[in-house]
Amino acid sequence: MSFVLREALLAFRRAPLLSALSITTIAFSLFVVGLFGLVAVNLQAALRTVAERVEVVAYVLPGTPVETITTSLKDVEAFPEVASATYVSEDQALARARAELVEFRDVLRELERNPLPASIEVKLKPAFQNESDVNAVADRLRNFAFVDDVRFGRDWVEKLDRLRSIAAAVGLVVGAAFAGVAVIIIGATIRMAVLQRGREIAIMRLVGATDAFIRLPFLLQGAIKGCLGGAVAVGLSYGAYLVLNDWLQFHTQFFDPPQAAIIVLGGTVIGFVGSWSSVGRHLKRI
Amino acid sequence: MIKFSSVFKAYPKGGLALKDVSFHIAKGEFAFLTGHSGAGKSTILKLVYADERPTGGEVRVSGFNVAELVPRAVPRLRRRLGIVFQDFRLLEDRTAEENVGFALEVTGARRAGIAARVMRVLTQVGLAAKAQAYPRELSGGEQQRVAIARALVNEPTVLLADEPTGNLDERATRGVFQLLRDINASGTAVVMATHDLDLVRQAPYRVIEMQEGAVVYDSAVDEPRGEPAT
Repeated sequence: MSFVLREALLAFRRAPLLSALSITTIAFSLFVVGLFGLVAVNLQAALRTVAERVEVVAYVLPGTPVETITTSLKDVEAFPEVASATYVSEDQALARARAELVEFRDVLRELERNPLPASIEVKLKPAFQNESDVNAVADRLRNFAFVDDVRFGRDWVEKLDRLRSIAAAVGLVVGAAFAGVAVIIIGATIRMAVLQRGREIAIMRLVGATDAFIRLPFLLQGAIKGCLGGAVAVGLSYGAYLVLNDWLQFHTQFFDPPQAAIIVLGGTVIGFVGSWSSVGRHLKRI
Repeated sequence: MIKFSSVFKAYPKGGLALKDVSFHIAKGEFAFLTGHSGAGKSTILKLVYADERPTGGEVRVSGFNVAELVPRAVPRLRRRLGIVFQDFRLLEDRTAEENVGFALEVTGARRAGIAARVMRVLTQVGLAAKAQAYPRELSGGEQQRVAIARALVNEPTVLLADEPTGNLDERATRGVFQLLRDINASGTAVVMATHDLDLVRQAPYRVIEMQEGAVVYDSAVDEPRGEPAT
């Protein structure tokens, strides 16, 4: 094992309490970030589900030949924003209404004439489920001569867009704040480690060790603490996820492996940055 | 090897520590730096190993100009020197062997050769049998021998010793001094700061005597005299 790695690991044996304390604090800082991340991941998933339901419905004028509609259906499907376009006939619309609107079953059964129009239901690709694209598709549908009216959840689309932006902004601010706290904590623990090893560092300098060499074990130590803190944070987040799932009786989503790896990597980077910002400053004092 | 030319050293709050100091120590020479506490002996050593920079004049050590030395180059200079202090400066949580090996490890020596080099110098200082002992298990004289072994392990051209016998009893002092003489006999220059006049009298080495930051006597250039002042 190289000297640098051995020295970095020795720090855990020399000051186990301090090391455990720093890992725990980093873990809790990242745990808060993790919890927020969990909320963000689930919010994002919920938004995606809602967004998938965003569809544009073009109501067809009565008496339009089915052939005209099916021909146009291919044109609509060719729009770059469109994932699928489905023709719903008057009969299908009525059948659906009977199935979904149970409370009006009697009224619907007694109808002499089907009042529901045929329609084309257009689903958009995920990348185009935003206000401007939805509007653009609706405008193009209106241009078909057989289209009577076009409806879509304009308010929903706008609200979803706004929610998404707020979630992203809050995520960035809270994440940055906690990352900052973690950097300060790591910096403080490295400062203590540097001062604790002052005598050793002075001897290293006397025998001709370079400052870069002296710094390396501290940087590695910070990165290891950050990495462990990140791993503990993922574990705590998983525990919280299990408890919440059980408590809420509601299926939430946990981080996928790359997302969990990002938290651990984030911890490592925070640990490295924290020790890097601290070690140079405090080595000068020895 | 070590050349001081009209060197001045002032500390921001401590006044003038060195005043117009000039001397030259040749390769393989043994020189005593004597004088009272605060006479400037340690300041001279600190200038040699670039822990301090001169305020005026020139300090040259093994081809390095200390005044112009960039921080990055300081380790290169120190690897050519061995430094020993009165308080030994050993790491308490490491054995004698580890303390000596530490000097090689932190200067990037190949791991394969470290153990053999460490044993060689521990044998040279007479402590091969106590390689696994911790500093607290060794006497003062033995601890100083470990410190000397650590200073020697990088094969320095100059050994700087700042009051190396200051914390030792008479017997240990004699042993450590003899060890320094042996090291010098094998070709390493030794500069030893001391105020132990008995020791200075024991050997016919050069004496540079300091007083209030100035060289008041240098046996290499001045007329011989009876007693150097303490």
